[in-house]
Amino acid sequence: MSARFLPAGDSAIAVEFGREIDLNINNQVAAMRTVIEAAIDEGKLKGIVELVPTYGSLLVVYDQLAVGYAGLIEQLKILAEGLEGVEISDREVVEIPVVYGGEYGPDLGIVAQLNSLSEDEVIKRHSEAEYPIYMLGFVAGFPYLGGMDKSIAAPRKQTPRLKIPAGSVGIAGQQTGIYSVESPGGWQIIGRTPLKLYDADREKPILLRAGQSIRFKPITEAEYEAMTE
Amino acid sequence: MKIKVINGGMLTTVQDKGRYGFQASGVQVSGVMDWQAAYAANLLVGNDYGSAVLECTCMGPELEFHEDCLVAAAGGEPKLTLDGKPAEAYSAIRVKAGQVLKLSSMSQGMRGYIAVAGGIDVPEVMGSCSTNLKLGAGGLDGRRLGAGDVLSTGEPGTDAKEMLSGLKPCRRLQRTHAHEDMRIIRVVLGPQDDYFTSGAIEIFLSRAYEITADSDRMGYRLAGEKLERQIDGDMVSDGIVFGSVQVPPGGEPIIMMSDHQTTGGYPKVATVITADLPELAQSGPGTKVSFRAVSVEEAQAAYQEKLGQLEAAREVFENSRPASAAAGAALSGYGIKHYNVKVAGQQFEVSLQPVITRK
Repeated sequence: MSARFLPAGDSAIAVEFGREIDLNINNQVAAMRTVIEAAIDEGKLKGIVELVPTYGSLLVVYDQLAVGYAGLIEQLKILAEGLEGVEISDREVVEIPVVYGGEYGPDLGIVAQLNSLSEDEVIKRHSEAEYPIYMLGFVAGFPYLGGMDKSIAAPRKQTPRLKIPAGSVGIAGQQTGIYSVESPGGWQIIGRTPLKLYDADREKPILLRAGQSIRFKPITEAEYEAMTE
Repeated sequence: MKIKVINGGMLTTVQDKGRYGFQASGVQVSGVMDWQAAYAANLLVGNDYGSAVLECTCMGPELEFHEDCLVAAAGGEPKLTLDGKPAEAYSAIRVKAGQVLKLSSMSQGMRGYIAVAGGIDVPEVMGSCSTNLKLGAGGLDGRRLGAGDVLSTGEPGTDAKEMLSGLKPCRRLQRTHAHEDMRIIRVVLGPQDDYFTSGAIEIFLSRAYEITADSDRMGYRLAGEKLERQIDGDMVSDGIVFGSVQVPPGGEPIIMMSDHQTTGGYPKVATVITADLPELAQSGPGTKVSFRAVSVEEAQAAYQEKLGQLEAAREVFENSRPASAAAGAALSGYGIKHYNVKVAGQQFEVSLQPVITRK
């Protein structure tokens, strides 16, 4: 798979590995980000402002006063060529504790009913799968996840809720996701995690990272309360 | 030093160069819309380029200063008063304790910048003072300024103190910039120009597009001839930059501005060059723009020329000695009127006559 190097104006280059949602392509994006970060740490690559990984491409934002366009592309090409034939290692799995149902997951019953399953079976199927984080976006800390079992899919609510608490775990169509900040939204809410995906006051404000995978772990309300104290 | 907000104006926020390093996590960059004006305002009061300033839209704030301090405003030709009497933009202003500075309106643009010597002092959030209204973070508690708010400022630099005490004349910059009815905005094509037909690219680069009322710090929606695609269907989301020109299925472009989302799923036909973002930032609804394609190298040269004018002005102001020939030439584009020269311990005020005018 060869990468394309496309200008995104005078201060960024989009390194494109593919234009579809595909785990192999996304693994290439994650690997490219890792090798660029390593090159920066080793002092071999200068002038990089930040890297924005998405489904199929990595946006490399650079300081045009510190590094030239043509020279940077050459350096990025060498790094991309080094990725070819490299086995992409397994994704790091982050465990997300979730209390399912009840006041924390008011739509669990709806999702169960729509799929003719018991609530426990929805919880089992939702918490068994491993969900690759393709990218973060939309709002701070929000992960775009793949890998949900189609047998627990559910359409968005007809009328979106005005306020969904941060940490809410929901289903929309064939996707599952976690609200990283309080916001309005139409997802079917099946549970809530006590973890803060975004906390401006924390040393590391954002919990998750593109390239990881997550797994949901069912917990009790008592465990939830204990973790939020 | 404290500043009391008597009236927050239409939309006044604390901004700096932006919050970089967290777009991978979905946090927008934010930051000033017009980097050139924000730099100029900071330069006038002796601040670093990236110091936090107040950015206001259309109608600015009314501010009461609790101590003597040095202030400057720049941008879309802001109209200022100090205790009701007209004051000059693009000039450092000595404000006395208790005086009220009001930025009433913009005579030639959309946005004004107010810099205070020492910078606006708000806690850094994820490495930046910029206000992110969507996230409710940064700046003054993540929100716009309102009546009753109190702002703190940092420690002024030596030059600012000397200007304030009258030891040095106040710094001034004179803009030679006149807005045309049709504004030419330069772009670099891509990253997804291949989604569009060659006819569409030709249309994009030749027809006029009007900035609609549906335009703000997040993005400018344009009205004009629709751009036809040769690759149908949605693309998967990818990264966005300030200036990305994305085209939804309807075919009319949207330019992403400083509060843009970090990612988006519409193909991006082109990116506005950094040098022309200030022009765009000062263009309001109803303005017609026309796009021209340049290479990345041309775009970078244009940015470095504009930045060079301000850097040259900084050099002259800070050193208070005659400018080098190169600095002098760069300065003339900015039309510096006065600067201070110290020869054998004696102060002279020197005028520079512009010999080069900007495009």
